[in-house]
Amino acid sequence: MTDGGAALGRAGIGKAPAVLVVPAVLGSALLVVPVVSLIWRTPWGDFWSEVTSTPVLQALWLTALASAATVVVCLLLGTPLAWLLARVDFRGRSLLRAAVIVPLVLPPVVAGVALITALGRTGLVGRWLYEWFGLTLPFTTTAVVIAHTFVSIPFYILSVEGALRASGEQFDLVAATLGADRWTTFRRVTLPLAMPGVIAGSVLAWARSLGEFGATITFAGNYPGTTQTMPSKIYTALQSEPDVARTMSMILLIVSVGVLALLRDRWLTRP
Amino acid sequence: MPSPVRRTVAAAAVLAWASAGLAACGGSGDDDKTITVLAASSLTGSFTDLAARFEKDHPGVKVKLAFDSSATLAQQAAGGAPADVLATADTATMDSAQSALASQPQDFATNVMVLVTPTDNPGSVNSFSDLDSSHVKYVVCVDTAPCGKVAAALLQQDQITGKPVSQEVDVKSVLAKVTEGEADAGIVYTTDAVAAGDQVNTVQIPGTSKQTTTYPIATLDQSKQPDLAQQFVDLVLSSQGQQVLKNAGFGAP
Repeated sequence: MTDGGAALGRAGIGKAPAVLVVPAVLGSALLVVPVVSLIWRTPWGDFWSEVTSTPVLQALWLTALASAATVVVCLLLGTPLAWLLARVDFRGRSLLRAAVIVPLVLPPVVAGVALITALGRTGLVGRWLYEWFGLTLPFTTTAVVIAHTFVSIPFYILSVEGALRASGEQFDLVAATLGADRWTTFRRVTLPLAMPGVIAGSVLAWARSLGEFGATITFAGNYPGTTQTMPSKIYTALQSEPDVARTMSMILLIVSVGVLALLRDRWLTRP
Repeated sequence: MPSPVRRTVAAAAVLAWASAGLAACGGSGDDDKTITVLAASSLTGSFTDLAARFEKDHPGVKVKLAFDSSATLAQQAAGGAPADVLATADTATMDSAQSALASQPQDFATNVMVLVTPTDNPGSVNSFSDLDSSHVKYVVCVDTAPCGKVAAALLQQDQITGKPVSQEVDVKSVLAKVTEGEADAGIVYTTDAVAAGDQVNTVQIPGTSKQTTTYPIATLDQSKQPDLAQQFVDLVLSSQGQQVLKNAGFGAP
């Protein structure tokens, strides 16, 4: 907003009415007070020794591993799916897009129940995995990554599909008239143009994976070193050692705010 | 043309934050004739029954029940959650809510742990020591929960060194993993095994009576209905209440 605009606002339409300001202040308090309280009550004296204790490091490592693996799976499976949704006209495309969005609005616990129903040892698909290959997914790190991917990949796909649509199909057409096949076009033209969306989508998926709790603990379980991620560890620590839980929450808070700052600077500022 | 991308990303970001941050919204409209009872998960069946009896004996009074892990409930009680009665699955968690207690906690039941397996027993678990074989996937409560503490003590006492595949947040989750057939065995309370009926096979744990859990109950400072709260406690301690608990598999205090 320019200075002229601001001056006009002050002089022309009067001051902000209390009926809007009061709820706005309440709203901000609701968002700010819990986080400030967390910072306030974090036992900073023990912060470093807590952060470097074996159980916390184990959970941190698993969280880092799971979220990195989730991003890789998103890249490998999500990119083609986003391309399909953005570029290929086929029957049921809107249905598929709806299916992609469903995990966004699904409560994570429900996602966990759905995953166990499909991939558990007695699940629809899991039963055959178990009978044919002796493979069981629950209680493994793989299950953690599957749960994380399930809840994170919609963010990635939406972001990349948006980028693909925004960059337009005309460059693809030009590449085609120059003799490139569709795979070459995808690699050399489409994907580079959609790169901002790919990066933003990866960061979003990574951030969602970092905070994932409900689906993971429901589907993968909770055991230090194999399936216990930071959020699960925080939840169980809260039962007996609230200070440890606050310290670990602070670590995740710092990381999340860092991601937010990164996103704001690079991708979220409106023109 | 970056604007649509950014807008999609921004919308997705907002959704991400929202979905990660959605917490359980709960609040009680402070109806004058309502008491809220916080009770350990293992009390679900018997307290639901007792609450119905209490409502019948006190027309116009409504009993709200909140079942969760004892530690979580004790923490909520100490944090001033609007509730009238707290019943936990061990004395240690009750002590952690000391600051919010209006009355001396009274022991009202005991419980011992058993091993349960799915009815088709995929891991061929027929005795407690079978947990030691490496192919058996068993689950326990996390050791910060009372049920996890007892389970850990039993495993140590009977010198089981095989590790569980998961530490569930409460005993209901342990039971669910077994009834769903995902785990070969789980260590739960006798009362859970009774409640699960023919969904599980029960295997006795040697020396389980040495690790008996005692359930205390107390009224809370923040209660707006201290008389009704005390009457609920009295019902739990009465012979009628004790019979309900016995039927559910609890031992006498």
